[in-house]
Amino acid sequence: MLNELLLLWSEQPAISLAVWLLVLVTVLYLAREPAHLLIKSTGRAIYRFMRSAARAVSHIEQRAIHRNKEIILAQGREATEKFIEREFTRINEIVARDLSHYPNLHRELTDAIERLENDYQAATDAPPLPPEWLSVVQTISELPRQGDPVVSSILENIQDEVVTAHEETLKAYQKSSAERHRLLGALQPQWRALANKLNKTKDVVAITQERADAVDKHMANYEAIRDHEDHIARSLTASSLTQFFIAGLVLFVAVMGGLINFQLIAMPMAEMVGGNTYTGGFKTSDIAALVIIMVEIAMGLFLLESLRITKLFPVIAHMDDKMRKRMMVISFSILFILAGIEASLAYMRDLLALDREALKQSLAGVSALNAEFRWIPSIGQMVMGFILPFALAFVAIPLESFIHSSRTVLGVLTVAVLRTVIISLRLVGGFAHQVSKMLVFGYDMVITVPLSIEKWVRQGVQARRDRGTEATHQYPIEPYLPLEDADEIQQETVSVSEKPKRTRKRKTPDLDTDLALNKS
Amino acid sequence: MKTLLVSLALATLALTLSACGQPQPTNKAVFLLVDTSGTYTEELNKAQGILNYLLATLDSGDSIAVARIDSGSFSEKDVIAKATFDERPSMANDQKRVFKHDMDQFVATIKTGSAHTDITGAILQAAEYLQETGAGEKYVLVFSDLEEDLQKGHIRDFPLELDGIQVIALNVTKLRSDNIDPRDYLNRLAQWQKRVLDGGGNWRVVNDFDRLDRLIAINAMDEI
Repeated sequence: MLNELLLLWSEQPAISLAVWLLVLVTVLYLAREPAHLLIKSTGRAIYRFMRSAARAVSHIEQRAIHRNKEIILAQGREATEKFIEREFTRINEIVARDLSHYPNLHRELTDAIERLENDYQAATDAPPLPPEWLSVVQTISELPRQGDPVVSSILENIQDEVVTAHEETLKAYQKSSAERHRLLGALQPQWRALANKLNKTKDVVAITQERADAVDKHMANYEAIRDHEDHIARSLTASSLTQFFIAGLVLFVAVMGGLINFQLIAMPMAEMVGGNTYTGGFKTSDIAALVIIMVEIAMGLFLLESLRITKLFPVIAHMDDKMRKRMMVISFSILFILAGIEASLAYMRDLLALDREALKQSLAGVSALNAEFRWIPSIGQMVMGFILPFALAFVAIPLESFIHSSRTVLGVLTVAVLRTVIISLRLVGGFAHQVSKMLVFGYDMVITVPLSIEKWVRQGVQARRDRGTEATHQYPIEPYLPLEDADEIQQETVSVSEKPKRTRKRKTPDLDTDLALNKS
Repeated sequence: MKTLLVSLALATLALTLSACGQPQPTNKAVFLLVDTSGTYTEELNKAQGILNYLLATLDSGDSIAVARIDSGSFSEKDVIAKATFDERPSMANDQKRVFKHDMDQFVATIKTGSAHTDITGAILQAAEYLQETGAGEKYVLVFSDLEEDLQKGHIRDFPLELDGIQVIALNVTKLRSDNIDPRDYLNRLAQWQKRVLDGGGNWRVVNDFDRLDRLIAINAMDEI
């Protein structure tokens, strides 16, 4: 069919092809104007459609950003409220524990100070003075003795009395000083006790001050969240992403632990439910082992929920304490029983492995060896079987963090995807616009021969017209323009005296400008 | 709300799984035919090795049977031992021990070979047993030189029905006449291959026992 068409004009392919080319170029030349319009309008339509689509996606992106911010702020608000509540609880505990005894402490301090004051007063009493008549007697005793033995004897007696009185006064003074020293020595432990009590009070006040500072910090955050400030939203988002990756890492570790647990109990489970029955393409024994592990994780979730460590199930969190404690006991009991079952299954696995090994050796014609210390891996497997369920129970904590932070991560990812879509749409629109322009030029390149002929004809006509009207008018030499553009220029020349009309309703900004605006 | 969603997802998964219909059986059934004719009895120790390999390979739910090829093999009397392993691994291990004991006893008691060799009858007997097991994979292992020597009056020249059965010829030894004209050996193999393929089965020859692991796809003992 193609060959027939090719040889339609002549038996010679070259001639026929030349005729076809001539026909094609002629048709393209004649259809130049509508073809240009078609190409341009198509490119423009794609460009506008893509821009509209990008604008629509941009609206969705803004809504997603707004929603993400709302979510992250709500989570941050909740977390900050919990922090503040916990800080207040701590302060309350400190006040109840340490400062509730303050009246007693005050009384003790007052008593101690009073005792100190009394003792001090007692310590500052004046020492006993020698009697006042003693100076008179001393003066008489020092009178000159004029050889009279009676007088001399009297004076000596008086002097002896003076010396005796002086010694008694000295003893009394020494006794008084010793008493003062004793009282002052007794003051020391009282001072120390007083200092200790004051130090304790200072520590309590300092701790309270620290807690108050923490409350102030959280309150500042809370106010920022309440005011929807951007910096706090960014900070919370970064924190949430960190939480997401940490929780994901811990969950990965938990999954690995779950796999080990599965390997421990899958084979012995075949002894209970059969090793050759299938459910939906999976071994029933494998499904049973998985179910046990899942139930253990579920019990762990309920246990931690009952302990109010996690808050995944509001129903449990809102239970009254009595019911919650019952649930705690029930979930722990089930977890304990399942851990016991797993330990026994792990032991059974060890027995089965031994049996199989013995059979294998028997089939291979090798006598069975009694391995020493075979009990060590047996006990190890049992312990692992018992411990792993409890370890898996704690998966609830990272799971809660993961779920909460995944909302933020999903939101961020959604925004990133939407931005990529916007950029792609704008790029495609701009590309289509540029391609339409290139196609117009390409079209003209195909029909360049008739266009050149048209150019020569136009120039000839113009030259003839110029010669005829040279005497009266001086026209500028009109440059060659394609037919369509020449018409446009002609229209503009005709209507140059008129008020210029806006041919387009609105100027369409370039692609780069759009992107720049979008980024800003 | 989250719990409800998770429950719904699990219920949907369970319904989807249950709606998948009856799953195809994945268990295996193996019938080992041991040639006891003439001087081939000297090769019985190798047959014991193959049986040990099979016992180590097969798992709970699989079936195995061993029968001798003698003058008239289409008979239950020629079945030495057969078993379908229990679903419980410990019971399956006990069954394997008993099976091995039966085979050891058979090898120990057999002294002289049969006068004739009815391979076709033995294959028919094996195919009948395998089809009854309804296993997902069915194997007939023919431990023989494949030289059929029928008793006078026995009719075996009719097509075999071996749909879905893999026939594996093991230890196909060369006869003295094969050494004179090797084409006899090749013709013998080609003839059996044609009969098996015409009957709807698959045909393989394994003479190198170092490649026994290719007999059956999965080695269950490696799972531990």
